[in-house]
Amino acid sequence: MNTITLTDTTMRDGSHSVRHQFTETEAALLARAMDEAGIDIIEIGHGDGLTGSSCNYGFSAFSDAQLVRAAARVVRRARIAVLLLPGIGTAEDLREIQDAGASVVRVATHVTEADISAQHIAEARKMGLFVVGFLMMAHRAPADRVLEEAKKMESYGANVVYVTDSAGALLPDGVRERVSLMRENLSVPVGFHSHDNLGLAIGNSLAAIESGASYIDGSLGGLGAGAGNTPTETLVAVLNRAGIPVMADLFKTIDASTKVLGPILQRHGAGIAPLEDPLLLGYTGVYSSFMLHSKRAATRFGVDYRDIILELGRLEAVGGQEDWIYEIAERMSK
Amino acid sequence: MKKIKTAIIGPGNIGQDLMIKMSRSPYLELACVIGIVESQGMQRARAMGADASIEGVDYLASKHPDVQIVFDATSAKAHEAASPKLQQAGFFCLDLTPAAIGPYCVPAVNLDKSMLDLPEVNMVTCAGQATTPIVAAINGVADVYYAETISSLGSKSAGPGTRANIDEFTVTTRNALMKIGGAENAKAIIILNPAEPPIYMSNTIYTRVRKVDLPAIRAAVEEMGERIRKYVPGYRFKMQPILKDNNDDIIMTIVEVEGLGDYLPVYAGNLDIINTAAIETAEAKARKLLGEQA
Repeated sequence: MNTITLTDTTMRDGSHSVRHQFTETEAALLARAMDEAGIDIIEIGHGDGLTGSSCNYGFSAFSDAQLVRAAARVVRRARIAVLLLPGIGTAEDLREIQDAGASVVRVATHVTEADISAQHIAEARKMGLFVVGFLMMAHRAPADRVLEEAKKMESYGANVVYVTDSAGALLPDGVRERVSLMRENLSVPVGFHSHDNLGLAIGNSLAAIESGASYIDGSLGGLGAGAGNTPTETLVAVLNRAGIPVMADLFKTIDASTKVLGPILQRHGAGIAPLEDPLLLGYTGVYSSFMLHSKRAATRFGVDYRDIILELGRLEAVGGQEDWIYEIAERMSK
Repeated sequence: MKKIKTAIIGPGNIGQDLMIKMSRSPYLELACVIGIVESQGMQRARAMGADASIEGVDYLASKHPDVQIVFDATSAKAHEAASPKLQQAGFFCLDLTPAAIGPYCVPAVNLDKSMLDLPEVNMVTCAGQATTPIVAAINGVADVYYAETISSLGSKSAGPGTRANIDEFTVTTRNALMKIGGAENAKAIIILNPAEPPIYMSNTIYTRVRKVDLPAIRAAVEEMGERIRKYVPGYRFKMQPILKDNNDDIIMTIVEVEGLGDYLPVYAGNLDIINTAAIETAEAKARKLLGEQA
């Protein structure tokens, strides 16, 4: 199976959750952590895309170019992406953003309106940008219509075309139907962007991958509009468990979420659901009630509770064996 | 009564709606339509008794020297190419594309006699015709330093020309918000919505003002609405000016435009507002020409 290309949109879709107030310093901190974690593409900017800063969508604290520049300065491997919604931003806006360090642009239209993206996709390709076609609100059109619009974006020059479940309204069958039809009929890769509004973000992402999608979106802690996006750290854990190759490192992705994003969100008065504990349990297959005991034991013996959980998984402890936790923690502390 | 002969370049959504509106004009008579392929629009022109050709602007200039007013309803790029030839042939050209070679013309705000002596004027965009008068009205009493408009159009009312020119559309509308509306800075956004039945053209106008005098703003906006309704009867306020948030300087106004249902059904107010503005301007020019000839 092809390696999945992960795009993290914490700093773009997630920017809705902080009313587009991310700062340059925060962009640099997050970008460095994501780059070190092995995230392939980092999307940055106002939640509504380039020049989305407005009365209608809310004014950003820093311009898209300022945030992109701050992030581009610190990344070594990851590519920086921006979102462009024709009708809000213009192809001309791409020049400044490319100078600032972005090399990927996601050109987004409503799922039935791909033809308004022709000039932007063509111009971005001419500028040497990697172009992702983003068909938003994909639940609003049947699979054959989604394909028709995806083909338009492909014909304009898109390098990838996404099924974008902006409303988090698709069920796994709907994802499979759309993605597999595109996979069969497009020559460019297919991507999938999810929102967790029905609790299906991870499941739908897996359904998309099984149907041939190779570009998947996430955001740290699932930060994003509505119930948020697919949590990147959970996604990495699930891909690892499923044996689907991905560049990102699980623990470094978790750290980016809990150690870097967490404190930033606190400063903005926002927060994300704590995902680290549950995802560790699911990832290791450890009995769920072991978590709190492991945390207490970790404090008692000064060790990392994550290592206790990993060890419990390795030893294949079964429900009821809470006594093992102290033994493991005590041993690790030596 | 003698009428002034006209031509339309581009018999698409806008062009065909213009044909129908022009057939009711006491001053204008459609003589020729120029298209790029044989189409429904070309047939409509012939059925209305006009000549229709796919041989371009050269054909128009050589075969119809008696035409005096030309409506260009193609695309920004096509108009840029045609403009020199049209000017050379001496036509008075109403540019309905966002090419904006000539000055912006919004009849409710700035249509005056000097404008009619120019070789061409630009009709901005449908969004510009719907929103710049409101910004101008508010600016007159409240000093607008930033204007922002969100124009939502039903998908079916946006033809291929509009779709290929989204950037030109937003840039031209933004520039007109400053030049015609008087805002110091501006942003224009366009949204296409495919809902069925189609949505009416809707325009939200945000203005940030230095003098937050809501009664004066409402009176000025209401008066401007009356002036626009003289040529676009279906222009109405969905929301009178309000403060977006208390203790802020953002005034929010929403206007909806219901069309006459000539070429597309009434939801396509976007066609009506730019076309009626163009006809209004063409008729002013025609009256002037007829006066000169008399």
